Amino acid sequence: MAAKPMLHYFNGRGRMEPIRWLLAAAGVEFEETFIDTPEDFEKLKNDGSLMFQQVPMVEIDGMKLVQSRAILNYIAAKHNLYGKDTKERALIDMYIEGVADLNEMILLLPVSPPAEKDAKITLIKDRTTNRYLPAFEKVLKSHGQDYLVGNRLSRADIHLVELLYLVEELDPSLLTNFPLLKALKARISNLPTVKKFLQPGGARKPPVDEKSVEKSRKIFKF
Amino acid sequence: MAAKPKLYYFDGRGRMEPIRWLLAAAGVEFEEEFLETSKDLEKLRNDGSLMFQQVPMVEIDGMKLVQCRAILNYIAAKYNLYGKDTKERALIDMYIEGVADLNEMYLFWSISPPNEQAAKMTQMKDKIANCYLPAFEKVLKSHGQDYVVGNRLSRADIHLVELLYTVDELDPSLLANFPLLKALKARISNLPNVKKFLQPGSPRKPPMDEKCLAKVKEIFQLK
Repeated sequence: MAAKPMLHYFNGRGRMEPIRWLLAAAGVEFEETFIDTPEDFEKLKNDGSLMFQQVPMVEIDGMKLVQSRAILNYIAAKHNLYGKDTKERALIDMYIEGVADLNEMILLLPVSPPAEKDAKITLIKDRTTNRYLPAFEKVLKSHGQDYLVGNRLSRADIHLVELLYLVEELDPSLLTNFPLLKALKARISNLPTVKKFLQPGGARKPPVDEKSVEKSRKIFKF
Repeated sequence: MAAKPKLYYFDGRGRMEPIRWLLAAAGVEFEEEFLETSKDLEKLRNDGSLMFQQVPMVEIDGMKLVQCRAILNYIAAKYNLYGKDTKERALIDMYIEGVADLNEMYLFWSISPPNEQAAKMTQMKDKIANCYLPAFEKVLKSHGQDYVVGNRLSRADIHLVELLYTVDELDPSLLANFPLLKALKARISNLPNVKKFLQPGSPRKPPMDEKCLAKVKEIFQLK
């Protein structure tokens, strides 16, 4: 029996969280080694385990993969969550890269200079309601199906729903005018594997707080 | 006969250049429509052609694709430049995402205010010399083959060699200690499709200059 994937990261969402969501949605149990100190990080680097001296790193199927997209693409393809052909994949990629762009803005918010935070939040909210959510609502409206692509579950649904949870945490009113997205969020949340992940005690990490930001700063020296 | 892919961007490298390289390396002829002013961008947005109101956008096989990775992934898969299985793809993805990170640093450097450029350049050169080039040299050394992955041409070779040309433009001495990368660059440059792309008069775009930067700032309403 193959070893479970092993995730190497700090004990927080960051760039590893989409990987946790996707593995969980695919019903794949995984283990985590948390980087708690700068020494932990140095050790991983000195071991030669990190191709570009960075985490996330995931040990899976005999590989030590770094780079979120490499890891996510592999998991998605392995577990049939990447569409049935190159055209479906193109749509999935287009959608999830849009998700990644908004995710990046939200991800970097806690580490932006305090003087810039308000302006950044305003920009995030504007992009959410005027660029990204309308685009995805339009996709769902265009085909009226239960999933974003190909009338079946794909990583596009998982990554988008993860983003919708983040948007909701930022400001629940942002989702008000997007009924199809709200319905997608509810449907995907009800899938057994996702439901399990969302429950307390699941592998899902809590929202970032000041303490964890400070800890990350120390470990990764930024 | 299928229509040629059509690229929508400004007349410069930016985020479209890796797409031009990959199409060229695959031997695919393409057309380009250049954005010259912010009005051109407005028009594309109002047409509903841009899913997230952004370029690059490529019309290909009946789709209006945005997002570089979506476009590149589609082209790579279509023209068999994406490895033979998911494991080869994982390696290719890992390598090309490293290339993309460095490209991103270069992109932001090229549009930074002059007073910030020196510090950014130092940081970039450090990453190039101490992180990225050693990592790729090590891959080539590990298998001793002519291509980065799977002993045959893939997008990994194309994107990496494009990067090596950028590094060479920044500072040729950066490549000095990386013989296998220099050899890869020479080999890939000699492939007929790539050779053609590297010649004057091809779709390859020159480095950003002041005039182009001013145009970019107007089109995208940047400060």
